[in-house]
Amino acid sequence: MKNNKIWAIMRKEFARFFGDKRLVFTSILLPGLLIYFLYSFMGSAMGDMFGNEDGYVPVCYAVNVPANAEAMLEAALGTDIQTIDAAETESYKQQITASEADLLMVFPEGAEALFNGTAVPAEDAPMIALYFNSANTESLAVYQTAAAVLDGYESSVTNLFDINMGDESYDLATEEEAAGQIFAMMMPMLLMMFMFSGCMAVAPESIAGEKERGTIATLLITPIRRSHLALGKIFSLGVIAVLSGVSSTVGTVLALPKLMNFEDSGLNMDASFYGITDYLMLGCVIVSTVLLLVALISCISAFAKSVKEAGTALTPVMLINMLIGVTAMLGSAPTNPVMYCIPLYNSAQCMSAIFSFAADPVNIAVTCGVNLAVMGVMVFLLTRMFDSEKVMFSV
Amino acid sequence: MPRELITVNDLTKEFVLSTKQRKLNNTSEKVKIAANKLNFSVYEGEVFGLLGPNGAGKTTTLRMLSTLIKPTSGEAFVDGASIVREPDRVRSRIGFLTSELKLEQFFTPDYLFDFFADLHGVPADVAKARKAEMFSRFGINEFAGVKVANLSTGMKQKASLVISLVHDPDVVIFDEPTNGLDIITAKTVTDFLLDLKAEKKTVMISTHIFSLVEKLCDRVGIIIDGKMAVCDSLDAVCGGISLEDRFFELYNDAKEAAK
Repeated sequence: MKNNKIWAIMRKEFARFFGDKRLVFTSILLPGLLIYFLYSFMGSAMGDMFGNEDGYVPVCYAVNVPANAEAMLEAALGTDIQTIDAAETESYKQQITASEADLLMVFPEGAEALFNGTAVPAEDAPMIALYFNSANTESLAVYQTAAAVLDGYESSVTNLFDINMGDESYDLATEEEAAGQIFAMMMPMLLMMFMFSGCMAVAPESIAGEKERGTIATLLITPIRRSHLALGKIFSLGVIAVLSGVSSTVGTVLALPKLMNFEDSGLNMDASFYGITDYLMLGCVIVSTVLLLVALISCISAFAKSVKEAGTALTPVMLINMLIGVTAMLGSAPTNPVMYCIPLYNSAQCMSAIFSFAADPVNIAVTCGVNLAVMGVMVFLLTRMFDSEKVMFSV
Repeated sequence: MPRELITVNDLTKEFVLSTKQRKLNNTSEKVKIAANKLNFSVYEGEVFGLLGPNGAGKTTTLRMLSTLIKPTSGEAFVDGASIVREPDRVRSRIGFLTSELKLEQFFTPDYLFDFFADLHGVPADVAKARKAEMFSRFGINEFAGVKVANLSTGMKQKASLVISLVHDPDVVIFDEPTNGLDIITAKTVTDFLLDLKAEKKTVMISTHIFSLVEKLCDRVGIIIDGKMAVCDSLDAVCGGISLEDRFFELYNDAKEAAK
């Protein structure tokens, strides 16, 4: 009978949420879709900004360019370098300023010696001037390529030693580990934010909203125990928040390769190399964290007189939650289980450890236990608040 | 002698006034005594009316009896259950209706009836039969599937009334049952209260409408400034004059005494 009443409250919350198609769309589908398209767009925008546009042929000019340097640069830049007279440099500089040309390279007199190995190192090394326009992304990219080619050439002619110049792969990290590091850096912070916003989408409305509209009093007049009302609310809101979090997470995981431009680098960047144990551990951490967050947000919402007031009161909590998420980006997860007794911080660190394949089941268990225990305390507080006329009816 | 179903002993409720409330009420007193050592009983099968002007403490008393708020001191029992120590038991025995209790706008009366039947632990078949009977009695069938948000005030009041009685309670407490209703809906509610009286249910209402008390109540308690001025059968209270005249006699006496 008791469980039936918790279940009755849960069914009502589900009927309220899933019966409202607009609410389902904005709280569950939209976050995932928005994140997927936003991150994909950001990735391709950043790719365009830092790479040459496909098929773009830069316009490059050079003064005194030696033949072998010309060939080397033309191959790297993918364009013909037009040779000009030293006297004409000013007008070509103006063209670059006007974005009509991308690069002007001015080699010193006798630059051939620099490129055929006959130059003698001198105290005042001759200078090659590269004129470009940093406000023009193509010009900037062409400049960076040309500078890198010339710099590389300079290093090779005064060669004392090389670093990693052979054909073999020197980075001994596996592909999974390399990608795992990226996930470990990005995902905990994002997940902490997604979980919080998932809870924010439903909890204040369900607690402060019911208070504001006077419908909570109608529930409080029934024989349902306050603790069952609190549990029914927290469990149902937790399920909805998890669904919202899952949607955001799927959107992120699908968009992350595009955001980080891994498709170009050839790195296999999907979450398929995480095993069932990793996902199980992640699921436990997420569920316990969402329940804790929902309980915390519900308690704060119960104090508020309206949904708007609850939103204002929850802003500092949201910032703290975000900061905790950021801690997972800095350094590796602590190994001492005591550190996992700090609610929310433990969740961020656990997720970081899971994503970098360094999860310790003891720490995961401590985290879930602590989160559920704190949730229990919050349920107790919420029960007391439901029982308090000061909180519920502001008398 | 019928059984006492509601017993009220020295029931007191004090509210601490904020600085803003003190300014609004033009008073320097920090505490307002909304209900002051009230004593009365309501017997099984009778309709008891709590009569008084606005702000006299009627609603506060009913909210304490329905366990929405706790008394500062004193005690009351509903069918033997203490409102202080056994609020869950009290809530399972009463049906309470006040304008303060709202229905969620998103749901239909049909859904809400089933939901509250669940919360009251009413078996599904009993709830179904009761729903059919009550919806037909109040003409709710025609809007049973319409969201509360789209109902008129009268329809909402009917839905609230039916839902507050979903568990067929023995004790029915109505706060200002006809307030804000159009004459047709008010008549439906009054007729329903008469039906409850005929069914020997125990009913307690609060009102400031003399005619409603005269029409419905077996006994009446007149409450002025949080104190029970008189509590007896309607005939004994009136003493041969109209209830309205008797009320203003008591009211003027109370105001004189307070000077």
